[in-house]
Amino acid sequence: WLLRCRSLPLACTRSYHADKVARLGSQPDKQSSEYQENYDRMQVLVDELKSRTEKIRLGGGEKARRLHTSRGKLLPRERIDRLLDPGTPFLEFSQFAAYELYGKEEVPAGGILTGIGRVSGVECVIVANDATVKGGTYYPVTVKKHLRAQEIAQQNHLPCIYLVDSGGANLPRQADVFPDRDHFGRIFFNQARLSSEGIAQIAVVMGSCTAGGAYVPAMADESIIVRKQGTIFLGGPPLVKAATGEEVSAEDLGGADLHCKKSGVTDHYALDDNHALHLARKAVRSLNYRKNIEVTTEPTEAPLYPADELYGIVGDNLKRNFDIREVIARIVDGSKFDEFKAFYGDTLVTGFSRIFGYPVGIIGNNGVLFSESAKKGTHFIELCCQRNIPLIFLQNITGFMVGREYEAGGIAKDGAKMVTAVACANVPKITVIIGGSYGAGNYGMCGRAYSPRFLYMWPNSRISVMGGEQAATVLATITKDQRAREGKEFTAEQEAAMKKPIVQRFEEEGSPYYSSARLWDDGIIDPADTRMVLGLSLSAALNAPTKKTRFGVFRM
Amino acid sequence: LPNGQYGKGVGRIEKVLIANRGEIACRVMRTAKKMGVRSVAVYSDADRHSMHVAMADEAYHIGPPPSQQSYLSMEKVLEVAKKSGSHAVHPGYGFLSENTEFAEACKQEGIIFIGPPSSAIRDMGIKSTSKHIMSAAGVPIIGGYHGEDQSNERLQAEAAQIGYPVMIKAVRGGGGKGMRIARSDSEFLEQLESARREGRKSFNDDVMLVEKFVEDPRHVEVQVFGDMHGNAVYLFERDCSVQRRHQKIIEEAPGPGISPEVRRKLGEAAVRAAKAVNYVGAGTVEFIMDAQHNFYFMEMNTRLQVEHPVSEMITGTDLVEWQLRVAAGERLPLLQDDIILRGHSFEARIYAEDPNNDFLPGAGPLLHLSTPPPDQHTRIETGVRDGDEVSAHYDPMIAKLVVWGEDRSAALKKLRYCLRQYNIVGLNTNIDFLLSLSGHPEFEAGNVTTSFIPQHYADLFPTPKSPSGEAICQAALGLVLQERKRTQEFIQISTDPFSPFGSSSGWRNNIQFNRNMTLQLGDKKVDVVVIYNKDGSYTMTIAEEVYHVNGEVEMEGGVSFLHCSVNGVKSRPKLVILDNTVHLFSTEGSSQVSVPVPKYLAGVSGSGAQGGAVAPMTGTIEKVLVKAGDKVAVGDPLMVMIAMKMEHMIRAPKAGVIKKVFFSEGSQANRHAPLVELEEEAEEREGSSQ
Repeated sequence: WLLRCRSLPLACTRSYHADKVARLGSQPDKQSSEYQENYDRMQVLVDELKSRTEKIRLGGGEKARRLHTSRGKLLPRERIDRLLDPGTPFLEFSQFAAYELYGKEEVPAGGILTGIGRVSGVECVIVANDATVKGGTYYPVTVKKHLRAQEIAQQNHLPCIYLVDSGGANLPRQADVFPDRDHFGRIFFNQARLSSEGIAQIAVVMGSCTAGGAYVPAMADESIIVRKQGTIFLGGPPLVKAATGEEVSAEDLGGADLHCKKSGVTDHYALDDNHALHLARKAVRSLNYRKNIEVTTEPTEAPLYPADELYGIVGDNLKRNFDIREVIARIVDGSKFDEFKAFYGDTLVTGFSRIFGYPVGIIGNNGVLFSESAKKGTHFIELCCQRNIPLIFLQNITGFMVGREYEAGGIAKDGAKMVTAVACANVPKITVIIGGSYGAGNYGMCGRAYSPRFLYMWPNSRISVMGGEQAATVLATITKDQRAREGKEFTAEQEAAMKKPIVQRFEEEGSPYYSSARLWDDGIIDPADTRMVLGLSLSAALNAPTKKTRFGVFRM
Repeated sequence: LPNGQYGKGVGRIEKVLIANRGEIACRVMRTAKKMGVRSVAVYSDADRHSMHVAMADEAYHIGPPPSQQSYLSMEKVLEVAKKSGSHAVHPGYGFLSENTEFAEACKQEGIIFIGPPSSAIRDMGIKSTSKHIMSAAGVPIIGGYHGEDQSNERLQAEAAQIGYPVMIKAVRGGGGKGMRIARSDSEFLEQLESARREGRKSFNDDVMLVEKFVEDPRHVEVQVFGDMHGNAVYLFERDCSVQRRHQKIIEEAPGPGISPEVRRKLGEAAVRAAKAVNYVGAGTVEFIMDAQHNFYFMEMNTRLQVEHPVSEMITGTDLVEWQLRVAAGERLPLLQDDIILRGHSFEARIYAEDPNNDFLPGAGPLLHLSTPPPDQHTRIETGVRDGDEVSAHYDPMIAKLVVWGEDRSAALKKLRYCLRQYNIVGLNTNIDFLLSLSGHPEFEAGNVTTSFIPQHYADLFPTPKSPSGEAICQAALGLVLQERKRTQEFIQISTDPFSPFGSSSGWRNNIQFNRNMTLQLGDKKVDVVVIYNKDGSYTMTIAEEVYHVNGEVEMEGGVSFLHCSVNGVKSRPKLVILDNTVHLFSTEGSSQVSVPVPKYLAGVSGSGAQGGAVAPMTGTIEKVLVKAGDKVAVGDPLMVMIAMKMEHMIRAPKAGVIKKVFFSEGSQANRHAPLVELEEEAEEREGSSQ
């Protein structure tokens, strides 16, 4: 009997009726002014996000695009679309890289597109230079974005496809691009290391690959070049002329014919972009790659509530409270959530769910963190690591509780437990900042420094060491005390004048766009897309085998 | 039916050999099965996997594809008949059906030949003889000269006496061969010589007859049946006027506009004709009918005709059953008074041919074949199935679509409804032509004559319409949904079946997925921008026209239908996607949209033959006119090919040098097979510079 029972499919044994009770969420009062105000204001933020992205999507502007396509080249987004399995999703990262970062110089998307998509059924990291943006040259953020893509590939064990079309380092900014550890050279370091870990490196040369850029195809496991379009050389024709006086065309110096027939630098000869992408798809098919997921999966089920209700529930006013469970209910499969320790440390909500059939442990903030909440979070992270369940952090946190009572209760010690657990957890961790991300709360809830596999922000979110209002008050108080010691007066007007720029600066620097421009996150997402983004991220993350977690010392 | 008579006759038929192939072999077998008679098929190499072989209880191989060495080989057929212990041979139509020698050989072997006595075949096979007999039997015949003096002078003099226009016909002719019209004295000799030439070539006989040519006549024929007990009946007339290449294309029964009195006269004349030759079995007496409904005997076909089902439909009979019973010596199942005409029936012949190219016969694979569902009033008489091939060796008829209705207009409506559901991909067919033909107002009015097609030529060949925006959207949707299906198939077998990466939502972060598709409509390219909407629908833009599209593919009876909505208008065309082409078949007509083959793939699959000449259809290479190294100019002849009994000159599509010749004389080339490798001179130069 036991044997027969075992042979039943897993899903079958799970479908007891008792499973149906663990549904989450409630119907919001859509007529309430709070809901409507929230909804409208979030809608404004989402519209702004989309319109800004639509502009970034166009890359280097109409003229550059026309010039690019007039040469028979496909635009980088079209290249990605045609590389992917037709009609399948593409999880693009850091669309706002370099956003308002270089003064008047606009570098849409940082001049490079990165993301994950399926190619011949294999989830791959795709890195595509956008030659319409400053000739595809590398700005400091371009390098950072390229390296981040490689980091994603490394952490999640995803083959890399580089669609190369770049003039190399941006010469005026060479000092910020070339020499340091995480600068240009790291790209090739990574290629070598990734390849050594069995992570395929495929380069498609669709434009120039000059100087250092030449190493992208040269360091790749397999490379493809487009005739009369792709070139690879350490020194371009102007440099050659300057160095040796030799006059040679770019095509003769490093074109497809040379590299496929004579030098052997490239392996496959493509007639045009479409052909090259077709060859790249074939190369991926030949990887003999198989995704082995180490978790159970179940048929996916849509949440019970429409995703856009998140607008009305959360809104843009970070001071307003909402129940994180209402957010979870609009993200997880069937709005099913098995809550863990529901009545203990209730400012942190923990529990098990599934997203697109993948098991997840969710940790969400429902207020400030107390000792109990931190200990509960630590316990829950241990459970997930023990069971190999990926962790999702839904961050909306002002920080840990302060005050004498709490310090005396050892909140620093309990907070440290949670930070230790988060830092050491080796299961895939994915963070979404859905509201505030302040202070040590950012650490405990798996901020960027804790290397979540992916980190996304909602357009209403804010990230900074503390709120602008609080920071201004702290600074004003210090100044006031200092003035008092010096016997000087500190009027209310003076205080207001001092606080205003601080609040403004925190406001600006706390913006998700400010964060995204600097790659403190992997992108700003529409709250309504959260489920999809998490599903895709989980799918990508599960390509890597999970390493066993070993926690550090928990201070008791 | 007087079933009790079965088996009491002279012969016992429990096993019948069908000395034929294709639809008629299948047709005969169906009745044989119904009657509990075992059926034996014969097949050539080309028919090894044919439907009639699969349907038979036993099947015997009888030789190579050419009919002379297989289906026309009396010895082989008889040998099989003996070996298999068949009691009778059903010859179908064509092949050995009107061969007196074969009929006699069967008799000698003690095998029943299902057909008339050989004497009747012989008498009716020679036109001059048959007319003499008919004239004597009081059957109206047309004025003409059937004499032995074949001198030019005599024939011309006779023509002048009959009065122009006259028809010059080979006495042994048939199927339109060896037939010429002389409209005046001045062109008589020229036409005579031409008819003689064709007669010699086709029948090895150039004896000619001359007769009055009836302008725009109708072709009306009467189905008759006789038994060995001296009974003969008629099963009313069929009108087979509408013809192309002197071959019937659409037939109906009864003849439109024919009064009961004329009908009776026709029938009685036909029965007189049958009795005059002691006719036994199924036969057809053909008449030519003028505008005043005067009719004249033309010839008698001593076999079951292709179009016999229309007579069956209006009389509720099974003529093959009658044939088997009568051949076994039974009496006719019904006598004249018991044969009641009811309703109206049409038969449309679906051919592999190209109506736009003078109905050039074709051959090739039926990559997709789906038919209207057969029912009591809809018969699909065919010998091929989805995936079969229409062989170049035999008749290119794919099927006969036979319908019945309470009256002519009901039957015609039904015919057109069914024709729209008769969908074929892989070769050219006359289905669209049949649709415009059967939809022509003059045809609807029953004003049919043998000159119908030339008279209404312009209406019957409307300039082809390019697919509408809606159709392009449907095609694009079909392609997108096919991709989705492929992706789903892949994820089902993957270790990760629920990953959202396996969805075909086209999801993009913060931006809409705009997909640029290029589609090919004939020789025009059309750009379609497809936007994947969140709700699973698509917004498509074609030349600034915006369409809102959604839908699903549903399978019904093994056929895909695209249930879709374009700008709120719902439809469900049949969807066939083969290689790069989307075929949509709806009640409004059919359309074809292709995805252009990328240059790089065309380069790969062409493997050197790219730009060479290809076989227009399956056939035999008769002559090779070039060799490797020859320089050719555009239009230079390269090869002569024989296909469907016609010569085709294969010419150079461009100037260049012949690199390779892939076929030798006498070898067989499949449709679209590259015949030569032709290298362009310009390309040569570009290549050598590298």
